Amino acid sequence: MIQKTLDKLRPHFQEGGKLSALRSVFDGFETFLVVPSATSRTGVSIHDSIDSKRIMSFVVIALMPALLFGMYNIGYQNALAAGADTTACGALLLYGLAVMLPKIVVSYVVGLGIEFVVAQWKKEEIQEGYLVTGMLIPMILPVETPLWMLAVAVAFSVIFAKEIYGGTGMNIFNPALVARAFLFFAYPTSMSGDKVWLAKDTFLGLGHTVADGTTLATPLGEAAAQVAPTGDFWTYCVGLMPGSVGETSVIAIAIGAAILLWTGIASWKTMGSVFVGGALTAWLFNIGGLEGNAVANIPWYNHLVLGGFCFGAVFMATDPVTSARTEGGKYVYGLLIGALAITIRVLNPGYPEGMMLAILFMNMFAPLIDYCFVQRNISRRLKRSQSK
Amino acid sequence: MAALFSKESRQAFTEPLSLNNPVLVQVLGICSALAVTAKLEPAIVMGLSVTVITAFSNVIVSLIRKTIPNRIRIIIQLVVVAALVTIVSMVLKAFAYDVSVQLSVYIGLIITNCILMGRLEAFAMTNGPWQSFLDGIGNGLGYAWILVAVGFVRELLGSGTLLGFQIIPKAAYNAGYVNNGMMTMPAMSMIILGCIIWAHRAYTTKNTK
Repeated sequence: MIQKTLDKLRPHFQEGGKLSALRSVFDGFETFLVVPSATSRTGVSIHDSIDSKRIMSFVVIALMPALLFGMYNIGYQNALAAGADTTACGALLLYGLAVMLPKIVVSYVVGLGIEFVVAQWKKEEIQEGYLVTGMLIPMILPVETPLWMLAVAVAFSVIFAKEIYGGTGMNIFNPALVARAFLFFAYPTSMSGDKVWLAKDTFLGLGHTVADGTTLATPLGEAAAQVAPTGDFWTYCVGLMPGSVGETSVIAIAIGAAILLWTGIASWKTMGSVFVGGALTAWLFNIGGLEGNAVANIPWYNHLVLGGFCFGAVFMATDPVTSARTEGGKYVYGLLIGALAITIRVLNPGYPEGMMLAILFMNMFAPLIDYCFVQRNISRRLKRSQSK
Repeated sequence: MAALFSKESRQAFTEPLSLNNPVLVQVLGICSALAVTAKLEPAIVMGLSVTVITAFSNVIVSLIRKTIPNRIRIIIQLVVVAALVTIVSMVLKAFAYDVSVQLSVYIGLIITNCILMGRLEAFAMTNGPWQSFLDGIGNGLGYAWILVAVGFVRELLGSGTLLGFQIIPKAAYNAGYVNNGMMTMPAMSMIILGCIIWAHRAYTTKNTK
């Protein structure tokens, strides 16, 4: 049925049709809704029925548990701070939805808008990469980030982290993380501290108004301020605690990770080695026991479930475009991300969370890691062929 | 010697302003362009200082170009530039102390500015004093207007002011607007500079086609 409607609409969008200016938009929606049947014109090639638009959809599905939990958590924190009833699950979720929906809409409208304009201008197909990025960006920001900041960051990251490198698949840095890094450095007071993790206003009659001075610190923020964080491993796993929208619940992220691994989209090598690298480094800091550094004394298993570590390891580090692609390189890449993230957390008091910077930093080195592994293979095979 | 405003002289002056801009096309002098452009005022002063120094060192080197032994020419050029930089630095300290404090070492570092040495080597050593003067002024202004453009954007978005005057109204801040802290970092001037080069290149390639 979808196909028929699309076929009926197509003539309007082709060259000379009255809506030809929107050709790329139409094309984008068509290939998103139905798998294109076009095949390559030259040579022999085999297509998997999973193309990149289908991959993107799977990632968005994998993000859903974390997003839903994030919405619930927004409502929960709001009700908790207002001293109201926290048991009405549906109302809390609805409030979270009302808070998150404008953010997601702004993120998609701005990001896809720029993508459409660029695609039309270059006379290319619309690239689908923004589907995932647009969902990720609102999820890795604190809930109180103003919409205009979100829009500025999205525009910045789509233009400067993606389009100038040549669009989806060509970017060096993960666009969602670039958006967050931009906000982090440009508007530091709106991105960290203890005032941004709590939605304070009622929204469409939902939720509760919370007094302006109410603060809420994340466990890592507390630790960076040299207060031993309250809570144990299990609380951190469930995730009913302040933090960026999508990052708090390890369980919800684990469901997403299972989907990604089961469909084979994310590499278990990268994902696993991030955790191993983080655990090892945190463990070393534990036994080293830096004097007077509360972050160093967080037990290593808690380090792994706090902050954005899980979210970054599952959804950001495994981004197939910006991570290392050689099989051996994935281990090195992941280990270094984990190790760097914990090191930044512990040794730099200015940055309570190091995952974003660690991943961006390793994004930069991924091509170098790949190069080393490819060269090693080449020289090994060369040696083998010469020794015979 | 060519007439005062012959075609060559005019070219020596106008080319570095856009078509052969030292920053945009030759990508020289980037370091100081990143360092001093967080505010508009130091950017203007820096641009003018470089213009003055380039122009006069060009003239001096051009005057003595036939007596300079080829093997030690760089040292002699450096002595000339260093003398001029010292004069400018002293003048700034005397008459514009605040700005000279803001610029700190970057006035002294004009000695190592690639634009200066480039113009001395490429132009003043082979041309007469009047043309060298025009070339120096042209290159200095070509450098200055880029600094001013970058400084304008960075101060407006980073601090909401221009030359210290509040431009973005109080009402905007009350409505939730926040100054962009990244604009005050050197990293952002790299991106702004990149954008200017991008626009400039798109414009010139379109025109030359």
